Amino acid sequence: MIETAGLTKRYRGGQLAVDGLDLVVPRGSVFGFLGPNGSGKTTTIRMLMGLIEPTSGVARVLGEPMPRAVGRVLPRVGALIEGPALYGFLSGHDNLVRFDAADPTADPRTRAARIGAALERVGLTAAAGKKARAYSLGMKQRLGLAAALLRPRELLVLDEPTNGLDPQGMREIRALVRELAEDGTTVFLSSHLLDEIEQVCTHVAVMAQGRLLTQGTVRELAASVTGRLAVGTPDTAEAVRVLKEHGVNDLTVRGERVTGELPGTGDLAELNAALVRAGVRVRAFGAERVSLEDAFVALTGEGFDVAG
Amino acid sequence: MSRAEALPGRGRWLLPLFGNEVVTVFRRWRTLVLLGVLAAVPVLIGVAVRIETRDGGSVGPRGDGQGPAFLSQVTNNGLFLVFAALAATLPFFLPMAVGVVAGDSVAGEANSGTLRYLLVAPAGRSRLLLAKFTATMVFCLAATLVVAVSALVVGVLLFPLGEVTLISGTTVSFGEGLLRGLLIAGVVALSLVGIASLGLFVSTLTGSGIAAMATTVGVVITVQILDQFPQLHAIQPYLFPHYWMGFADLLRDPVYPDQIWRNLGLQGLYAGVFGSAAWARFTSKDVLA
Ligand SMILES: Nc1ncnc2c1ncn2[C@@H]1O[C@H](COP(=O)(O)OP(=O)(O)OP(=O)(O)O)[C@@H](O)[C@H]1O
Ligand SMILES: [Mg+2]
Repeated sequence: MIETAGLTKRYRGGQLAVDGLDLVVPRGSVFGFLGPNGSGKTTTIRMLMGLIEPTSGVARVLGEPMPRAVGRVLPRVGALIEGPALYGFLSGHDNLVRFDAADPTADPRTRAARIGAALERVGLTAAAGKKARAYSLGMKQRLGLAAALLRPRELLVLDEPTNGLDPQGMREIRALVRELAEDGTTVFLSSHLLDEIEQVCTHVAVMAQGRLLTQGTVRELAASVTGRLAVGTPDTAEAVRVLKEHGVNDLTVRGERVTGELPGTGDLAELNAALVRAGVRVRAFGAERVSLEDAFVALTGEGFDVAG
Repeated sequence: MSRAEALPGRGRWLLPLFGNEVVTVFRRWRTLVLLGVLAAVPVLIGVAVRIETRDGGSVGPRGDGQGPAFLSQVTNNGLFLVFAALAATLPFFLPMAVGVVAGDSVAGEANSGTLRYLLVAPAGRSRLLLAKFTATMVFCLAATLVVAVSALVVGVLLFPLGEVTLISGTTVSFGEGLLRGLLIAGVVALSLVGIASLGLFVSTLTGSGIAAMATTVGVVITVQILDQFPQLHAIQPYLFPHYWMGFADLLRDPVYPDQIWRNLGLQGLYAGVFGSAAWARFTSKDVLA
């Protein structure tokens, strides 16, 4: 669906925003494009949409080279890039008329119906007649999404689509993304919200400072990071001693909780039994679920900060 | 870099976007204010002439071939207010209004970010630029017609009408005078093609609508001043306003079309040069905003 090889962008002024990106977005996936602020997500999307020319490397979208094939590719792609941008002096409805008129392959005869359906889909039908200037950020975001949904799309590229939305709005967008994905639309979704990606995505790529750190299915990424063993007990000192005896490394105590590296071999039940035998009062015992955040921290080593 | 555009049915290719572009331009408050100011100019001239000549006096320079001010004839024939208003607005008001609209056309959308959504629609860069260019031409015509129609209405209300005495001394019917007025409005509108093209080019250079408008209007003023210095006569034939006042030759019998053709040729040259420059720039530009 999307394929890039060695994709690189150096802005005028020398900033290397994207550095040798090799990305593969499979058809039918909901692909999370994750990275801290300034890691090059928007820059990548601009190159994929033919808005800027790569400094080097190639990008193929729907199998065609970009930006050479924008005219053939983009009618099949809906995009929301760096937040919505609207004509404040036009109503929401008339904004959509304009964006639809801009597409030379869109049929003007079906325009009214398609606009009505898109407005309905994002829940803006009631506010369609209002001037876009008077929209809240969330309403603008929805109208931007409506513009991306004016026609059935094979690919949706959404750059931080839940930015500025209230929790309810976020849930609705997630539901919408799932619904579209079920209809067979491939969704490419950038975000710096880890749990958002975790909730809706099947695949994920992680960027930092313009470089791709990893890509794969969400499950693979989570599996690539070993989880930790966690024991809840008031007898922490004793628990640490027993666990150390059984070869558990990197033990830390926080309150009434002892955590350590999961042992590569052996049965967890054995460990638990050993603790109980030693008189440790075990309240909770188990491997912690590995979140995408843990995976991310493990990948970047430093966590989720903006690089200078 | 070149970008191929999708080319479905020929007629459908440009028309919807062009139509929408025109509607969008004329729905902006700024456009309406500009047109309002242009409509007010003939009203002011008409009222001023009327007040000054209440007791039978005469105004302005005599129409003795020194410059087509036409003011002295207005009291005899309201139709001359059309010619006077066009002559008064063509040096600054009209080109400044066109400069604002043309300068804002691409840069304003880059500024607000709507440009990127038009491009991913995908409008096609050449197609979008062509739509913007033609819509700006429509504005040139509309602005000229607003001045002409406003002048005609004021002329009819405040002054007598009748046969038209041309600059060359011959007299033609009111109907023919009106026809010549329409022709003049057409020539004036076409006189603005040069500055419109230049403004569009400037508009592709920057991401700030205000900067593009200010630059274009600044160019209008500078060039108009340069056109006044006799020392610069070598370059003056290439300045876009140089033959503007030649439209007055349409009020001679027979018409001397020389200056008018030169004017239209020069405007065509500007459209060609700056249109190509705008195209070269816009089709290779990184759209970041
Ligand atoms: N127009 C520009 N000119 C120069 N440098 C830019 C420009 N836009 C972005 N950059 C730089 O390129 C890098 C990547 O920016 P980009 O906008 O792609 O990040 P991002 O991942 O989308 O961040 P965010 O999560 O904040 O949206 C940053 O270091 C930024 O400073
Ligand atoms: Mg971004």
